[in-house]
Amino acid sequence: MKKSIDPRINRLDLPENKDGKEILHALEEWETYEVFHQKKRGDQHIHTGIVHAANPELALIMAKEAFGRRRQTANLWVVRSKDVTASLYEDADIFLTTPEKTYREASDYYCMDRIRKYQQEHGIKDRKEDRRKKKESD
Amino acid sequence: MYGNTYIELSDKAKSLLEGEDPQKLAEFEARIAAGEKIEPKDWMPKAYRKQLIRMIEQHAHSEIVGALPEGTWITRAPGFRRKLALMAKVQDEVGHAQLLYSAAETLGKTRENMLNDLINGKSKYSNVFNYPALTWADTAIISWLIDAGAIINQVTNSKGSYGPYCRALERICSEESFHLKYGHDNVVFLATGTPQQREMVQEALNRWWQPIMHFHGPPDKISDHTEILMRWKVKMATNDDMRERFLDEYVPKIWDLGLTIPDQKLKKNEKTGKWEYTEPDWEEFKRVINGDGPCNKERLQVRRWAVERGAWVRRALIKADSKYTVPLA
Repeated sequence: MKKSIDPRINRLDLPENKDGKEILHALEEWETYEVFHQKKRGDQHIHTGIVHAANPELALIMAKEAFGRRRQTANLWVVRSKDVTASLYEDADIFLTTPEKTYREASDYYCMDRIRKYQQEHGIKDRKEDRRKKKESD
Repeated sequence: MYGNTYIELSDKAKSLLEGEDPQKLAEFEARIAAGEKIEPKDWMPKAYRKQLIRMIEQHAHSEIVGALPEGTWITRAPGFRRKLALMAKVQDEVGHAQLLYSAAETLGKTRENMLNDLINGKSKYSNVFNYPALTWADTAIISWLIDAGAIINQVTNSKGSYGPYCRALERICSEESFHLKYGHDNVVFLATGTPQQREMVQEALNRWWQPIMHFHGPPDKISDHTEILMRWKVKMATNDDMRERFLDEYVPKIWDLGLTIPDQKLKKNEKTGKWEYTEPDWEEFKRVINGDGPCNKERLQVRRWAVERGAWVRRALIKADSKYTVPLA
């Protein structure tokens, strides 16, 4: 081989690379862990990616290198991928119950019209009338 | 950093869709057309999965091999601050490989298989890393202009349809902004320095111009195949479009420094708004990508050396009851 321009590489005893051998075997990169990142105290932990590691403690170290080396980080969680139970995207219709449940939404309640009508009929002064008029004239 | 992938297209566009359930295919295409992302457990055409594994895997290999030409200069970086910055950049590249391998894994290929295919030469990586960084100025040109080319590519691909790939790319792009600034700073320092420094950076630019023009790959053959990959938002722009964007943004910045780009034909045609340039040597590109470049052999041998030397650590830590699980997202 031609001499490398990197003196460190010239010092290595580099292997031949023509045998086509599979040099990595199954699971040599270990199990996968899902990483959850919390930016600052009080924030939610948010899924941010995965790492491979031999155990949870090492997974945390890997996660710190992969996801905590640049941005602000308060806390990390790692969870074995195999321990996560997820809903199925095909079953997304189970979440489709909201349209007929508008009674759960604050925005579905409006009774000011009734109050004003009642106040007008019974000569009760609208507390907010002055403020409203001022706002309109501004 | 280094996201350029060469999709070699055949014209057998129909074979992309062969044997797929028409109704599922229609739903899949409707979802993409509506701008929704595809997630790992969703139904997807076999060709979509295959093409994405190939793209993301090549991108990951490019990151990991791309760390080598610049890594060469860590021990000889001029000054402590530059040494620290270069170490951080090289660490970023390896970190980006991790993100990308994970994204490819969600499609069903294990990381071990990807690394084996890299070392055995079955899967490719970005061609530019088969060239050496002969001087410090070469590392400056790589950090600035190769990373710039990669960012253009990665920003484009981050608008694609596969969720895990897009998420990885967004994170990568935000980290790369430092690489670009760092590279530019180094080039400016040399270009505004002593006559020897100027000469050094000009020579590095001369050496790297052709690899830079190769970077986004040869002009695409426009075929039905390309059209389908673009409809599936696997391929987001033609190679020529990305090259054009690169030239638009960076040629003026190179000229700002009074450096000469080694292509006398290079100019922007004011009428068409397109760049005119000498086609780079695509035969050389093919030759190098197929193994016959100045550094191909060394790069793979170094990777293999690292994998073999680390084997005892990996095996010592593994427990008998470990079980591989495809990552979720």
